[in-house]
Amino acid sequence: MTEDVLQVFIDGVVRFFQHTDDDSVKVGTPYLSENSNPEAFDVTGIIGISGPYRGCVYFTAPKIFVKHLLLSMGEQDTRKEYIADLVGEVANTISGNARKAFGHEFMISVPVIVEGAPNSINLPKHLLSYVIPIYWKTYHSAVVICLEN
Amino acid sequence: MIVDDSNIIRRKIERCNDHNVFFVVARASNGEEAFRQFQIHRPTVVTMDLTMPKMDGLDCIRKLVELDQNVKILVVSALSDKATGIQALKNGAQGFLCKPFSDEQLVQALLELVN
Repeated sequence: MTEDVLQVFIDGVVRFFQHTDDDSVKVGTPYLSENSNPEAFDVTGIIGISGPYRGCVYFTAPKIFVKHLLLSMGEQDTRKEYIADLVGEVANTISGNARKAFGHEFMISVPVIVEGAPNSINLPKHLLSYVIPIYWKTYHSAVVICLEN
Repeated sequence: MIVDDSNIIRRKIERCNDHNVFFVVARASNGEEAFRQFQIHRPTVVTMDLTMPKMDGLDCIRKLVELDQNVKILVVSALSDKATGIQALKNGAQGFLCKPFSDEQLVQALLELVN
């Protein structure tokens, strides 16, 4: 995966947080991660990718991060279902926005939500993932890109 | 009518309407549900997501326009490539708003749609 491809997703992260009431998001330096031990926080929204690129893009965050994200979007109700809904929507928005760069053949699935342990995220073991750390308010989350072409 | 598989986004769109420019008559979380709700409520304006389970937004737009050629459909989607936008317009949508969006952008897009 090239730097340009990663930049598409970094731009998507920044664009998403620009539409919250606190746009002071910071994106950390991306790093490679072994798929045998996927990066994961409390709740994760996964988008399957097909077409010229195959794999997945996911957004993973602690519940407290997502609660504050809901509030920053004007949503006062932070029930469990809405937390799951929002991580899916973040992953969907970042992946969908990537089609501007990759074209309509970059096919995205509806989100799949998983909670808890990293071993519930099944990634191809022969690939590595790029982890894009996201720092917002006092919290830490990540967008993870696992794609092959 | 608001169509989006995300409850959060449906609620966000509904909150944007705090000036009561529109009256929300129905909500749907996929294309099939939207088609059923449309037949019952016959809304004049629809906000339509594209990536949804059961029936996606592009198919749903085509089916709604078959039922009512005067329906005004604003696509509200993260799919930001030109080809998808053009296909949505070909299927009968009149506007396209890319996610993420601000309240002001949504209200402006809806007003442009009806005016």
